Amino acid sequence: MTKLLVGVLFALLFIASLFTGVANINPGSLFSQPDALWILLVSRLPRTLAVIITGSSLAISGMILQMLARNRFVEPATAGTGQGAAVGIIAVTILAPQASLMVKMIAAVVAALGSTLIFLLLIRRLPVDRPLLIPLVALVYGGFVSAIAIFFAYQLDLLQYLEVWMHGMSGEFSGIMMGRYELLWIAAVLSLLAYFVADQFTIIGLGKEMTLNLGLGYRQIVAFGMMIVSVVTAVSVVTVGMIPFVGLVVPNIASRIMGDNLRASLPWVAVLGSMLVLASDLLARTIRYPYEVPVSIIFGVFGACVFLWLLFARPVHAR
Amino acid sequence: MIEIQNIRYAIGDSLILDQVDAVIPKGEVTAIIGPNGAGKSTLLSLASRLIKPDAGAIRVDGHDVHHASTAEMAKLLSVLRQENHIASRLRVRDLVSFGRFPHNRGQTRPEDSEKIDEALDMMEMRPFENRYLDELSGGQRQRALVAMILSQDTDYILLDEPLNNLDLVHARNLMVILEKLKNVGKTPILVIHDINYAAKYATHILALKNGTTFANGPTLEIFQSETLSNLFDSHISIQTLDGQLIALHH
Repeated sequence: MTKLLVGVLFALLFIASLFTGVANINPGSLFSQPDALWILLVSRLPRTLAVIITGSSLAISGMILQMLARNRFVEPATAGTGQGAAVGIIAVTILAPQASLMVKMIAAVVAALGSTLIFLLLIRRLPVDRPLLIPLVALVYGGFVSAIAIFFAYQLDLLQYLEVWMHGMSGEFSGIMMGRYELLWIAAVLSLLAYFVADQFTIIGLGKEMTLNLGLGYRQIVAFGMMIVSVVTAVSVVTVGMIPFVGLVVPNIASRIMGDNLRASLPWVAVLGSMLVLASDLLARTIRYPYEVPVSIIFGVFGACVFLWLLFARPVHAR
Repeated sequence: MIEIQNIRYAIGDSLILDQVDAVIPKGEVTAIIGPNGAGKSTLLSLASRLIKPDAGAIRVDGHDVHHASTAEMAKLLSVLRQENHIASRLRVRDLVSFGRFPHNRGQTRPEDSEKIDEALDMMEMRPFENRYLDELSGGQRQRALVAMILSQDTDYILLDEPLNNLDLVHARNLMVILEKLKNVGKTPILVIHDINYAAKYATHILALKNGTTFANGPTLEIFQSETLSNLFDSHISIQTLDGQLIALHH
């Protein structure tokens, strides 16, 4: 029943996304209006797919990072992964300005990986029973890494360029069309891969002791998880910019509703992530029609409210 | 049989364990006892592959735990450590079913469900099987964790202070369960502070003091007033009451 309802809602959002925009096309005019089908295939469909992939893969990578960090309040956009990707992009822009998008993406992935590794090493020394320390460290660390990117961008007059990729103000899908979003399929494939090892991510969320007890290689799983988180984040930063809160809010909502057994919850995390970003993107397109506001602003407002709710409405422990 | 051979482990300059030698026999309940800081938990960390010894080896049925495949070890030896802070919201049944992971790699078969049910029943956690861990009391959570270890169904079961958080009745029930496991051929080994529980339920004792083996042998042999008094540097009198060894330590 729930599945059907969610499926219908998803389909409605999908269709709405296809037919919302400045160029007025609707299902009836698809075959009568000469350029309608072309707009649909070149612009609207790629944009809608980009939103779905970004929403679901960011949500999944948020969930994975939370398992690796064993903490509910971290996400790649604040814990240094996204900022690391920005450092990588800036570095390539300075060192090899002519580099292709692919090279930029590889640099972003490498820098994001390094930055995530440092974050995970940092928080290893924090007590697990003080859950709020970790997000604080994450915020400070994320700020520090993004300061590195900003410093070099400022020195070399690339600040505006950096804004395009980073800083929440620019996470948006208006530039997406055929030929400009295909890198995101890498994120989609990785998210699917994550689903096949979902049990192992659940187990790693139980801690290193338990992981070893159950005969799993702790380092291999952490490395694989970091790889997924970093690549997904870097790919989405390179193609649509940073969309904060998706990786934080969606896993938390899913966890509240259905717990943290990832094999059961990851599909829902993906669906919820894509639906929330789809809805935000629709709102971003219509709120100041015919202009657009960045989807990250819409999601930021929504995410901040949910985050506050999460902080204040913590589950009461039965005694 | 677990052979602990000449184990040495140091953190920086401080020697935590040195020349620990012991044989833990198969098919007995072994209690590891000793004063605080004797190195009991460190020994368990070594056995659980969390840390590596600087010298020596721990062999379980001849397999060196630090060199054998960790996936294979997980079918032979399970370890429940003392600190288990679980931030994940898991249902009790899901947690317990992860104990089957070394055997089924996540594909639950009918025989796995049986083991899971059995473990839940043994720890009296059936009524709570659909509760989330964060909706349980400390004692219930501890029982859920023990149930998970039991569903792992290994020959050797290492428990680090499993009676923590358990009330009188559940503490005794757990000891009875360990005794039953022994009777079906398993080898439970536990770090325990209450020496009277050790006296009643353990058949073998490994006593550690100052990071080295102090005594190792059958319970009746180790439970002498003089031996235990020396172990804890405090007067302990061993009496027999209704045919049962009692340690009077206060």
